[in-house]
Amino acid sequence: MAINQLSRIPFAGPLQSTGSCLVFLFRMLSGLRFNPEQVRNILQQIYLIGARSLVIIMICGFFVGMVLSLQAINALEQFGASDQVSLLVGKSLFRELGPVLTALLFAGRAGTSITAEIGLMRATHQIDAMELMAINPVHRIALPRFIAGLVSVPLLTAMFNALAILGSVVFSIGVMNLDPGIFWSKLQTGVFFDKDLMSGVWKSLVFGGIVSLVAVYFGYTARPTGSGVGTATTNTVVLSSVLVLIFDFILTSFFT
Amino acid sequence: MRANYKVELASGIFLLLGVAALIWLATRATDYGQDIGNETYNISARFTNIGDLRDRAPVKIGGVTIGMINKVELDPVTFEAIVSMDISSRFDEIPSDTGASVLTSGVLGDRYIGLEPGGAPDVLVEGDELFITQSALVLEQVIGKYLFSTGAAESESTETGSSEP
Repeated sequence: MAINQLSRIPFAGPLQSTGSCLVFLFRMLSGLRFNPEQVRNILQQIYLIGARSLVIIMICGFFVGMVLSLQAINALEQFGASDQVSLLVGKSLFRELGPVLTALLFAGRAGTSITAEIGLMRATHQIDAMELMAINPVHRIALPRFIAGLVSVPLLTAMFNALAILGSVVFSIGVMNLDPGIFWSKLQTGVFFDKDLMSGVWKSLVFGGIVSLVAVYFGYTARPTGSGVGTATTNTVVLSSVLVLIFDFILTSFFT
Repeated sequence: MRANYKVELASGIFLLLGVAALIWLATRATDYGQDIGNETYNISARFTNIGDLRDRAPVKIGGVTIGMINKVELDPVTFEAIVSMDISSRFDEIPSDTGASVLTSGVLGDRYIGLEPGGAPDVLVEGDELFITQSALVLEQVIGKYLFSTGAAESESTETGSSEP
């Protein structure tokens, strides 16, 4: 098959994007050195990406915990099992809702800003200027953001989970007057550290990698125009949300 | 430099907060650290049927957890389930003629092993086996037995009833 006929095979476009995304990942990771300058860059990005997403993550976590316990108590009350609410909230939260919702929020809060920032750097020729100064823009711009996302998402997930448990405590103990002793003992006997909490943490690590990779890739390959950056930002949110949900199913079915 | 220092401080605080949240969740909201302590000794027991007893299920005396199930395996020759359990070393004076039974907490609750201390003067030590065991009550078998026995009694009575006159 001649090379100009390659584009006729089905799904050529998405396959090509996936391939170039992976090439981009390896180009980025080849610049991984732990010298003080790079660590400082990564820390700065952890502040911009992770720490500044903290408030929205914590607020959402708190209300997710409240609404989960509200719905769970409504359903469980019908067969007199409202004592099991903490078990249901804990398991569903640690395994699924915590990692997935955090990744989706992170894509909306931090992924978009990464894409827009890098896209605008491309549009205002900052990236070209770096190349002229013999600074590798993939290593200098994309890598710290990717690593920062990878580190931040599991930690944000942990905080989302913690706040959701607090929200559940507030609603079920404070409002619905369930017994606090039963609430905590159900969690401590029924929710497992390795199978529930840690499996969610590993998942969120993968989600963090997916969202940050998609964000830096779309930012870096954005068309250097206003509408190009806008399209790239939209694509980041759409594709990273879809990929998070697809990989959630794949990871859950293969590793649990 | 001043702004940079603040940013690094903030990201450091963020990292610490994240790890702290993880540790808090692990210790308060999961079974992590709910073990029976590091000092344990291992005993085993054989059952013909253990129901749906799982690994890490509790071992109790008088309702108080004193250990947990370490491993459940099948004896390939006698086809009995061998349950190996770790008992906290604080309870080192359990008599050697203690009985073990597979019990259920509540009607539909989890399975656990209940130990019934005997009166022998010597105590259980590492590697001992319990000989007095009682298998799990499997609901289907109990119902089946009940139906079968009442059915048999009825058919017996009708048989005797028909043969008498």
